[in-house]
Amino acid sequence: MKPDQEYFDRFAAGWNRFVGWIDDRMPMTSFIRSQLHDYYAPKNFNFWYYFGVLALVVFANQIVTGIFLTMSYKPSAAEAFASVEYIMRDVEWGWLLRYMHSTGASAFFVVVYLHMFRGLMYGSYKAPRELLWIFGMLVYVALMAEAFMGYLLPWGQMSYWGAQVIISLFGAIPKIGEPLAIWIRGDFAISDITLNRFFALHVIAMPLILILLVVFHLVALRHNGSNNPDGIEIKKTKGSDGKPLDGIPFHPYYTVKDLVGIIVFAILFSLVVFFAPEMGGYFLEHANFEPANPLVTPEHIAPVWYFTPFYAILRAVPDKLLGVIAMGAAIFLLFLLPWLDRNPVKSMRYRSPLYKVLLIIFGLTFIVLGYLGLKPPTKLYSELALRMSEIYFLFFFISWVYSRARSRKYMLGATVVTLVVISLLDVFRWDPANAALVLQMWLVPAIYLAGFLLLPAFTRLGESKKVPDRVTFE
Amino acid sequence: MSTDGVDLTRRHFLTVATSVVGGVGVVAAAVPFLASMQPSARARAAGAPVEVDISKIEPGGIAKVEWRGRAIAIVRRTPAMQERTAQLGENILRDPQSAEPQQPEYATNDLRSIKPEFLVVVSNCTHLGCSPTYRPEVAPSDLGANWHGGFFCPCHGSKFDLAGRVYKSVPAPLNLLVPPHRYLNEGTLLIGEDGGVA
Repeated sequence: MKPDQEYFDRFAAGWNRFVGWIDDRMPMTSFIRSQLHDYYAPKNFNFWYYFGVLALVVFANQIVTGIFLTMSYKPSAAEAFASVEYIMRDVEWGWLLRYMHSTGASAFFVVVYLHMFRGLMYGSYKAPRELLWIFGMLVYVALMAEAFMGYLLPWGQMSYWGAQVIISLFGAIPKIGEPLAIWIRGDFAISDITLNRFFALHVIAMPLILILLVVFHLVALRHNGSNNPDGIEIKKTKGSDGKPLDGIPFHPYYTVKDLVGIIVFAILFSLVVFFAPEMGGYFLEHANFEPANPLVTPEHIAPVWYFTPFYAILRAVPDKLLGVIAMGAAIFLLFLLPWLDRNPVKSMRYRSPLYKVLLIIFGLTFIVLGYLGLKPPTKLYSELALRMSEIYFLFFFISWVYSRARSRKYMLGATVVTLVVISLLDVFRWDPANAALVLQMWLVPAIYLAGFLLLPAFTRLGESKKVPDRVTFE
Repeated sequence: MSTDGVDLTRRHFLTVATSVVGGVGVVAAAVPFLASMQPSARARAAGAPVEVDISKIEPGGIAKVEWRGRAIAIVRRTPAMQERTAQLGENILRDPQSAEPQQPEYATNDLRSIKPEFLVVVSNCTHLGCSPTYRPEVAPSDLGANWHGGFFCPCHGSKFDLAGRVYKSVPAPLNLLVPPHRYLNEGTLLIGEDGGVA
């Protein structure tokens, strides 16, 4: 035996004794085996399946850069703005930590939005994965709270006035609204006290809640296994060894594949961090390079891009309380999706051509709303935002209608009822000065409804395809 | 363990009673934590009234002071401005009679003020809290012929007249808030306290 081999064997034996010692005391090896080697994932994952693991990677980035940023940041109204400049200029590599953190915030939402859209495309929210979807939505809501509180910390003009606008939303609730807003701020206006508590929530409370929710999300995922682009349960077709025929061990197959995705993502992420950390004012808004001033409002207030679709819905409704309700409903309806879309076919691959168009239009609506939320509310943009909001909400209604085959009479009735409701909304907000614009824009929901409710009544465009028994994989 | 002689009704009662007492304890224990987020004694003290010398404001001019961390706008309205504002009515204003409780009783009048010459309002839009811009001129090109002077919010386009009354068809639901205030003498205003006149 060569000496090299002898050393190796002795090392291996020692290592095995060490692992054995741990396994006698806690189930380390069996846990890793059950979660990685013996966990079978569908073999037909595509590009869209990278975004879950990427969200985890960005989360880790936020935690690590965040810890080091808190070492130099001062959470007080007098010092916060200057301490961020201090991090940027005087702390060694401070600029990198901060840009990684600020870019990470936007990247988080990019991957989460793509991850959610993947869920919509392949019906990943449907039974038996409703709780998986709910926990994912809770992660999303917690993430919005986390991002909102983090945005106040640099104490710039946009930090201050953005928080002013968002906290004022709570004031719209009848009776308890104003006391609630004061309780959230801890003061009669946004102040040092508000900044201090947002810091506490941003660095301790919300990250702990997020970690807990992510664990629940993953436990629910592992219990039933991932869905896949065909929306077919791989556990239904098992080989003689009891393993799904269309599944492959998560490790090494997907761990290695995910590494490739992570590296590509890291390259793109670095490009932003090093060459465009402000992203033209979308990731870091220009007005935020001025210290907060309670006496002067910036000319134009827009939230960061990832909130603007909901902000556009809020602004589109010409009534404060109803606007807040519409914005809340826009998020809440996503929670209900598993019970609205009851169509047994999961993946859009086997759903009707009309459903594919419906889903694509929903994605586009979200993007257009996001754009409108960034722009000042001119007459045209306000009207367009209102119509896009209607389309956003109608998606959920059409999804519900498409749950099963409906009679021609049903579809005609649904068309008439929805058109009447949409038109009544216009009657209530009628303003002769805007008449032509309102009437022209009325065509947007009208054409949408006619297309999605009348076409399936008179053509075969609303019919789903037959779902195969096994996943497709070339 | 044998279940002989176990009084299940009694056991059920004890389980429920223990849960209820424990639940009350949890709620009681949560009170100090939640209450600690209310404005502290220092924050409340910082809400003390402020004195303003209003004699130096030019006719038609505006002064801003800070009270409770919010900007308070004081406008010295010229007789022409007062006249123009008083004649605005329901055709363009949402709440011309100040029916909503957005002002103390002593400011519930056409010009929403103690003295017609001075308007005192919190300079936060009642929509989402932006600070509206003071635009005293009549019918400027960007605001249109229906503009009689007042406050314009750049955030979401809400409009208010020179008495802080909100226009129709704008996102803001209410007139600008008139804070409690009183005159200490001819040229001095105290904001944040009205001596219980209201």
